[in-house]
Amino acid sequence: MTVMSYRQAINETLRAEMHRDDRVFLIGEEIGVFEGSYKITAGLLAEFGERRVRDTPISEEGFTGAAIGAAMLGLRPVVELMTINFSLLALDQIVNHAAKIHGMFGGQRSVPMVIRTPGGGGQQLGATHSQNVELYYAFVPGLKVVAPSNPADAKALLLAAIRDDDPVLFLENLALYNTKGDVPDDDVPAEIGRAAVTRAGSDITVIGYSRMASLGLAVAEELAAREGIDAEVLDLRSLRPLDRETIVRSVRKTHAAVVLEDDWLTYGIGAEIAATISDGAFDQLDAPVRRVAMAEVPLPYAKSLESAALPSAGDVETAIRQTLAAVGRLR
Amino acid sequence: MSAPPGLLGHYRQMLLIRRFEERAARAYTEAKIGGYCHLNLGEEATVVGLMSALDPSDYVFTNYREHGYAIARGIDPSRVMAELYGRSDGVSKGWGGSMHLFDAQARLLGGYGIVGGQLPLATGAALAIAYRGGPEIVMCHLGDGTTNIGAFHESLNLAALWKLPIVFAVVNNQLGMGTTVEMSSAEPELHKRAAAYRMYGERVDGNDVVAVQESAVRAVAMAREGRPVLLEAVSGRLRGHSVVDPAAYRTKEEVAELRAADPVLALGDQLRLSAEDLEQLEQSVAAEVGAAIAFADASAAPDVKTLFDYNYATPVPNDLNRLPGQPLFAVAGA
Amino acid sequence: MSTILMPRLSDTMETGVVVTWHKQTGEMVEAGEILADIETDKAVMEYEAYESGVLGRILVAEGEEAAIGQPIAVIGDEEDADDAAAPDEAAESQASASPPPAQSGTVDDAVQTSVVVPAMERMPASPLARRDAAELGVDLTQVVGTGPGERIIRADVRAAAQATPAEPETPVAQEQNDGEEVPLSLLRRTSGKRLADSARTAPHFYLTASADLENLVDLRFELNAQLTEAGRQKVSINDLVIRACALTLRQHPDVNSSLSGHNLLRHHDINIGVAVAIDDGLLVPVIRNADHKSVGVIAEESAALAVRARQRQLTTDEMAGGTFTISNLGMYGVEQFTAIINPPQAAILAVGASRREAVVLDDGSLAARTRMRYTLSADHRILNGADGARFLADLTHLLEHPWLIIA
Repeated sequence: MTVMSYRQAINETLRAEMHRDDRVFLIGEEIGVFEGSYKITAGLLAEFGERRVRDTPISEEGFTGAAIGAAMLGLRPVVELMTINFSLLALDQIVNHAAKIHGMFGGQRSVPMVIRTPGGGGQQLGATHSQNVELYYAFVPGLKVVAPSNPADAKALLLAAIRDDDPVLFLENLALYNTKGDVPDDDVPAEIGRAAVTRAGSDITVIGYSRMASLGLAVAEELAAREGIDAEVLDLRSLRPLDRETIVRSVRKTHAAVVLEDDWLTYGIGAEIAATISDGAFDQLDAPVRRVAMAEVPLPYAKSLESAALPSAGDVETAIRQTLAAVGRLR
Repeated sequence: MSAPPGLLGHYRQMLLIRRFEERAARAYTEAKIGGYCHLNLGEEATVVGLMSALDPSDYVFTNYREHGYAIARGIDPSRVMAELYGRSDGVSKGWGGSMHLFDAQARLLGGYGIVGGQLPLATGAALAIAYRGGPEIVMCHLGDGTTNIGAFHESLNLAALWKLPIVFAVVNNQLGMGTTVEMSSAEPELHKRAAAYRMYGERVDGNDVVAVQESAVRAVAMAREGRPVLLEAVSGRLRGHSVVDPAAYRTKEEVAELRAADPVLALGDQLRLSAEDLEQLEQSVAAEVGAAIAFADASAAPDVKTLFDYNYATPVPNDLNRLPGQPLFAVAGA
Repeated sequence: MSTILMPRLSDTMETGVVVTWHKQTGEMVEAGEILADIETDKAVMEYEAYESGVLGRILVAEGEEAAIGQPIAVIGDEEDADDAAAPDEAAESQASASPPPAQSGTVDDAVQTSVVVPAMERMPASPLARRDAAELGVDLTQVVGTGPGERIIRADVRAAAQATPAEPETPVAQEQNDGEEVPLSLLRRTSGKRLADSARTAPHFYLTASADLENLVDLRFELNAQLTEAGRQKVSINDLVIRACALTLRQHPDVNSSLSGHNLLRHHDINIGVAVAIDDGLLVPVIRNADHKSVGVIAEESAALAVRARQRQLTTDEMAGGTFTISNLGMYGVEQFTAIINPPQAAILAVGASRREAVVLDDGSLAARTRMRYTLSADHRILNGADGARFLADLTHLLEHPWLIIA
C-alpha cells in the first residue's frame, strides 16, 4: 500500500501501463508539453516521447475519432478530454462510432480505447465548464462507463479500462484529484460492472458514484460516529453496466434508500436507480426512494449561487435524516 | 478483343456494379431490402478507378453509398447482397445493412451512415499505421457534401499535421441529396480546400476510369510517403439520392446530360467490343448478380438468440441482456 | 361506475382469494348474477353482483388474494367499458359513492340494490408495511400511520402486531433443500393463525375422564335398528355425545361461554361446533340449539354438514355462532387426546375411541366393558379446574345413563 492522491494514482497507472504495453498511447489536448490541464500526464512526455504522448490541436471530434480508428487497428489509445463538457464536441464519434463499431459490423472489430475525462462543478467555472454529462454515455449500449471515487479505485478501474477491448469512458472528478488514500501496489484490475459496498450498514442505503460516493461515505461515517446511524453506502463504480443486484440486495436489507448524483435530477442516473429499486425491491421499501441532485439550472458562476445549486454534505445528511424519519427510525 | 486486358477488367467490374445496383433497386421495391438504399449508379468509373490503385493490405473507409466499393474490393457480391437482405451470411452478419458494409479480411473497415463519421476514424487508422511504421495506407471516401462538416476540417488538419498515410477521396457527384455543390460550398472546387492544410489536392474526371486510376495511383504513392492527399473525382448520380428518391429537383436536360456522360456506356464504346463479346459479358455479369440474389434469398435470417452476442468484446458482469417485454427482476410466481 | 371490493364472507375472514371470475372484462353483469367465487378462510363462496353494469376491469386475477375491502373489480356503465381507471381512482370514487339509482325496469323488484360492503379508503402504507401486514395478519384499516402524510410504515404494523398477541416469527425451514415447498391453503393459514393465537393466549388446562358405554352402545343398537326400519339416518356415538354435551352445558353456563374483552359472555343458545377434517384444513360446522334437538335430528344435521364441509359448500352461517366445540378422533382409534380451544369459546371436548377394556367391577371381578375417554380443554381465564371437573362428572353421568340423553 502507498498513500497517494487520486491524480497521482492515475498518473502512475498510465505510466505503468505504457511501460507494460507499447500499444498503449496517450492522445489529447495539452497532455504533453503542458503536462495536462490538470497535470494528470505530468512527466509522461519526457519519459515516453511524442509517439506515445500525442498532443493534439483543439479538435475533440477529430482526435477522439482518430483514437477510435487507431483502436480499430489494434492500438490501445487513452484519450484525455480536458473536461467532460468538451466531450459533447466528440459526441458523434463516441456515440455513433465508438459505441457502434463492434455491434454494427457483427463483431468483426472492437474498439479498445479509454476516454479519460473529469466532470464536476464547484470550481466557479460557470455553466459550460461545470457539468456532469456522463449520463449521456451511460445511456448508450456498446460503451462502458466507470467512475472511481477514490485513489485505489482510480488505479484498479483504469487498469481494467485500458486492458478492456471495448470503449470505456473513465470519469474523473475535479474535486477528487487532490484526495488521498491507500493504493495497493499490486497490478490487479477492478471488475467493470461491479459496485462496491464501501460501508456496510443496516438502517438505510446511500448510493452514489464518483464525488457523491465519496461524499456519501463521509456523511455516513459522520452520522455513525455522532448518532449511531448505521447507513450502508454503495459506490456504483460502474455506470454501464450498472450493478443492479448489489443495489437491490442492499435495499432489500435496509428498506430505504437515498441516491446521490452530481447532475440534474430530471431523467438522471438517480431516476434509473430509483426505477431499479422499484423493480427489484418494491415491497421491501418503507419509504420512497429519495434523490439528492443538482438544482435544475445552468450552474452559475457566483459562489453563493453555485454552492446553493450543488449537492452538499448538508443536503445528503438532510435526505438521510428525512428518509430515516419517514420510516420511523429517527424523530 | 482489342482493348487492354486491364481496362476490360475495369469494364467488367463497372458493369457488375451497374447491374448489381439495378438489381438491388428492384429488390428494394420488392421489399427484400429494408431501410435506406443508396446506389453507386453513375459513379462506377470513380469507384473502380479509385479502388484499382490500392494494395490488398491497404485500408478502406467509406460512406453509406458503398456497395460498389465493396464489390471492387473483391468481396463476393453474394455476401454484399446478403447484407442488404439482412441475412446471417451478409458481410456484417446482417447487423449493418446497406449503409454499413464491413469486411475485416478485405480491410474494408466500414461504410458509415453518419455523413463524415468515417473521416476521423480513417485518420486514426492512418495514425496507427504511422505509429507502427507500416507500409499500408488508408483510402477514405467522402461525398461532396461532406467537405462542409467540421470533422472534414479536423481530419485533414490532423492528417497533414501528423503526416499520415491517407488519401481523402471526394466522390463529387455534384449533389448532396438535393443540394448542389454550388449551393453548399463557398469554394465549389473542392480539391482546392487542400491548400488550407498545405496538402496536395487534385481534381479528376470521375467518368473516366483511366484518369481516375492514374490520379489515384499518384495519390496513393504520395500517401505512402506520409503525404496525405485530397483527391476529387467529379461524376454524376444517375438516380435519386436513394432508391426511393425520384430526383424531382433535376431538370430533364440535366438528366439527359448525365445519361450522355454515362461512364459505363462510354467505356463500352471506347472498348469497341463486338456485340457477341458484349452479350457474353452481360450474361456472365447477370449470372453473378443472379447468383447473389439467390444466395441472399437462401441465407438464413440472423437467429434472435444472437441478439446480445456483440454487446461487448470483453464480457463484463451485469450486462443487461433483456428483451423489451422482460422485467428487470424475475416476477414472483411468474 | 363503482368498485367491487373484496367482500367479507365469513366472520373470521381477513383476506380472500378469487377462485373464479364468472364474467369477463367487458361483459354485462346483472345485479344478482354470480360474479365470482371467493375462497374465504372457511369455504368457497359464490359472490353476487349487487349492481348491474359492465365489468370494466378485473383488479384481482384468479388465484390472487386480496384483503377485505380491497378493490377487486370495477363495474361501470356500458360507456365505461373501455375505461382504464386506475385502481386508486376507483377506490376513491367508491369511497364517496352514494347508492346507485334504481334502474328502470327493476322498480318492481324487491331486491334492494345497494352496496353492502362498507366503503373504505385506501390506506396510505409503504409497500413494506403492506407486505408485513399481510404476513402478520394485521388489518391496515386498524393501524394508525406515523409516516409522512400518516403513511403506515413497517414500525406501525409491527407495533399493531405486538398490541394484539405477539406473533412469533414463523420458523422457516432453512438449509433444507431436500423437500418440496407446497403452498398452504388459505383455509389452513387462517385456521392455523387462529389456533396459534388460541394456544398462545388462552391458558389451557386439560381434564380427562372416561365413561362406561355399555348402556349407550346397547341403546344405540336398538335405536339404529328402529331408525333404519323407519328409513332415517342412523345415530353415531358422537351424535349422542353432542346431545349429552348440550344437555350438560345447560347446567354449566360458564362452560358455554366466551371471553369478550374483560367480560364473560354467557351464551343463551347452546350451539355445538363439530370439527370436520378436510383435505386442506379443518372446518367446524355448527349444530344450533343442540339442547333443543332430538338425537335423530342431530344425526341428520351432522351427517349433512359433514358432507357439505368435505365438498367445501358450507355457508358462513353454517359455521358461525358456535359456543362449544367437540372434536372426535375415535373413528381413527385414538384413545385420548387434547384439543386446542376454538377461540373465543371457553372449552373444547376431545373425544377418543370407545373400546372394550378389562375393567375391575364394584364386586372386585374383572369384566370386559366398552369405555370411552374424553378430555376437556378449558380456558383458565374463564374456568377453574373444579368447574371443568363438575362439567365432566355430569357428562359422564349422562353417557352412562343414556336414556336421559334422549328423554
